[in-house]
Amino acid sequence: MSDVYVLGVDMIKFGRFPGRTVPNIGAEAALMALDDAGLTIKDMQAMYCGNLGQANAMVGQRILQEIGQTGIPVVNCANACATGATAFREAWMSIKAEMYDVVLAVGVEQMGKGLLGGAGGGDGIPKEGLLGSGTMPCVFAEAGMEHSSKYGTTFEQFAKISVKNHHHSTLNPKAMYQIETPLDDVMNAEMISYPNTKLMCSVNVDGSAAAVLVSEKKAKELGMQRAIKVRASALASDPYTDRDLVMPDVNACTRLAAADAYEQAGLGAEDINLVELHDCFATAEMLHYENLGLCKDGEAGMMIDEGHVELGGKIPVNVSGGLLSKGHPLGATGIANIYEVCSHLRGEAGKRQVDGARIGMTHVIGLGTACAIHILEKS
Amino acid sequence: MYLNYKKNLFQCYLKHKYFYGGNKNMLPAVDYLIVPDKGDPYLEGHKCNVCEAIFLGERTVCSKCFARDKMSKVKLSNNGTLYSYSIVYRSFPGIDVPYISALVDLEDGGTVKGNLINVEPDPDNVDFGMKVKVVYGDALGRKDKDGNSYMSYFFEPA
Repeated sequence: MSDVYVLGVDMIKFGRFPGRTVPNIGAEAALMALDDAGLTIKDMQAMYCGNLGQANAMVGQRILQEIGQTGIPVVNCANACATGATAFREAWMSIKAEMYDVVLAVGVEQMGKGLLGGAGGGDGIPKEGLLGSGTMPCVFAEAGMEHSSKYGTTFEQFAKISVKNHHHSTLNPKAMYQIETPLDDVMNAEMISYPNTKLMCSVNVDGSAAAVLVSEKKAKELGMQRAIKVRASALASDPYTDRDLVMPDVNACTRLAAADAYEQAGLGAEDINLVELHDCFATAEMLHYENLGLCKDGEAGMMIDEGHVELGGKIPVNVSGGLLSKGHPLGATGIANIYEVCSHLRGEAGKRQVDGARIGMTHVIGLGTACAIHILEKS
Repeated sequence: MYLNYKKNLFQCYLKHKYFYGGNKNMLPAVDYLIVPDKGDPYLEGHKCNVCEAIFLGERTVCSKCFARDKMSKVKLSNNGTLYSYSIVYRSFPGIDVPYISALVDLEDGGTVKGNLINVEPDPDNVDFGMKVKVVYGDALGRKDKDGNSYMSYFFEPA
């Protein structure tokens, strides 16, 4: 099977674009990724498009209607917050399967403001606030409180994650916000669902990101200087665990995908130079230090206390600003993470560059549950 | 916040009083809550006879061990311990906040999610592993489009 390379990748600056359409936002990133690869839409043999909000509305084809209707196969993917990464992985698989040599993956989302999630639905009466809460801040707070119960993790430790990621975002011109948020500000912000304050919740933004993936043969033909090798592409669904059906288990799913990714790459966590992981809430990031093997179980609080996960630390996490400050356009996030890691591996990440980065990891979780992990390497 | 808490307590009292007047004409808020015409309401699980996994809601296949047609109904315990929780301060419009969203492991198996009531919603008052009991009452006055009343379940400190 051919190795797969990312030849071009880019994202738009995340923001709010109420006057634009989903395909229009997606088309912008698609063109940017094509330019980055030095290719055109005529070179693409297939397209994989990730979008959640209009999952039934042929977003991929509508993007091609804006940038070039060449008649190539288009697959539209929806996989909750793992949507973009799933589209990327479908593209990767098509090259692995030797169907194509050059394919395009696009992730795009246009978000409303406000709470996501909500318990129940269907007939009868609303269950939100009657049988607990199904809002995302609460569901991820409950997952974080499980960690508190096991290891004594504190509100302050969760809040420090938000301080870190907001600080990182001040170095990222493509982040939605570039604002320092000191610990007091984070802890005293409006409490949404304890222990997640407003500043510990990801930002709902519009955004898009895209990547051009090529076979090894094609990468050699076009030039490898800026090509990034995909060392692993793993996707897992939630395995059965005792409470999973009432308390979505983001841990088991991530651990399953991580084990697969490390095995595919023949690498361990100690080989990873930076990680972009799914900090949809500050409580979520804490869990994934352990789930991804960046530290032992029970050591996540220490990782943030000791600064190991900051830019300049042992294993920088979410130097883009993460979903907490860069923003979280659901379908775009998976590919935006890949853009971020590729920028570092190419040495093009500017002020937030992780020095000497050779291998990076991306991780997303879509509740319900899907986990996608990619390991990328400088070629 | 404290006033809200007092208000909630009072509402709960009213609901309990209302409930003990009889179950007639009250529909269960969820399908795993059983409201008999006579006798006490209870939570029902579906237990796999092969691997003993307990599910809420009827099913024919066990998603843990994949056995088919090995499910039997079990009455779940009204006693449990608090596994995890969050205090919800922001919810959808029209939902009273704050409240405690709780995950409770029941004695003899099964985990259920619901509101923990009769505790002031403050992390200092909520302990992991605390003993709770399942109580039943009116579903916070919520009615469906046909005006039907519903019964729900809550947790309160044991």
